[in-house]
Amino acid sequence: MSVVIYIAVMAGVTYLIRMIPFTLFRKKIKSPFFKSFLYYIPYAVLSAMTIPAIFYSTGDMTTAAIGTAVAVFLAYLKLPLIVVALAASAAALLTGYII
Amino acid sequence: MKKEFLRGIKDGIPIFLGYLSVSFGFGILAVGLGLSVMESVGISLTNLTSAGQVAGVGIIAAGGSLIEMALTQLVINIRYSLMGISLSQKLDRNFTVAHRLIASFGITDEIFAVAVAQKEVSPYYMYGLISVSTVGWVSGTFLGAAAGNILPAELSSAMGIVLYGMFLAIFIPAARESKGVFASVLIASGLSMIFKFVLTEVSGGFAVIICAVVSAAVCAVLFPKKDEEEAEE
Repeated sequence: MSVVIYIAVMAGVTYLIRMIPFTLFRKKIKSPFFKSFLYYIPYAVLSAMTIPAIFYSTGDMTTAAIGTAVAVFLAYLKLPLIVVALAASAAALLTGYII
Repeated sequence: MKKEFLRGIKDGIPIFLGYLSVSFGFGILAVGLGLSVMESVGISLTNLTSAGQVAGVGIIAAGGSLIEMALTQLVINIRYSLMGISLSQKLDRNFTVAHRLIASFGITDEIFAVAVAQKEVSPYYMYGLISVSTVGWVSGTFLGAAAGNILPAELSSAMGIVLYGMFLAIFIPAARESKGVFASVLIASGLSMIFKFVLTEVSGGFAVIICAVVSAAVCAVLFPKKDEEEAEE
């Protein structure tokens, strides 16, 4: 089968999954439960994706743990996204050179 | 309009950097499975998603059926539907149907995470985020597919943490402010550890959905969000 057809199916399904709820959902949600649920969803998704995956993200647990510690500290201080993200990476890189 | 677009680009820079490194790996993987550079880049340009693409090239390489392809994408990417509903609550008045049709293409974990942290989301802010992220995702795929080992190994592996660092920068400050968010982070991370180490037969895409839905539902019951809190934000 042509690879182009596979790609078309992949892209089509993925787009519809994103487009349908985002486009059709026009009402402001009133239900307090559903409102709270949607409020917590992003934080729950992000933390589930981050932990424990972050400790495997550099291919070395030690550099990843140092990078994570730096990121947690800077995030706690509410520094901007880019600062936290790059500092985590820089800390992992430096740790890699030291050990 | 232009200001919003530029603000989106600026907020998208960590995503750009993270995508550049992650999609670099995707490019190497896709070419290794027998796809051409053009096909690999084409997939990244039309899909803009990591887990779904990795599963997708596996199916192409194995000569799987189109039904299998469609179902796999549905399961792995269904989280974008939840994110779309969540994000739809933050859209400003300029977000017409046409804008929604275009912007929905760019709902990824990372773009969603940055956008939903805003008080209100405008179309051009989304376009800024989406365009800078897409450039990173597509060019990283091209570099990985075309020229395997351009970056020194230490640098490319250290870049693997960039996206996660950005995630931490989103949920930690919020958890510091709100008991409910703190609880949702604890529950979701705890469940995620269980899936990683105990219930390993559950696929990654499913695991994230279950962790998120359970955690958010529990917290919605225990820590219902009051309207006056929202007004303060």
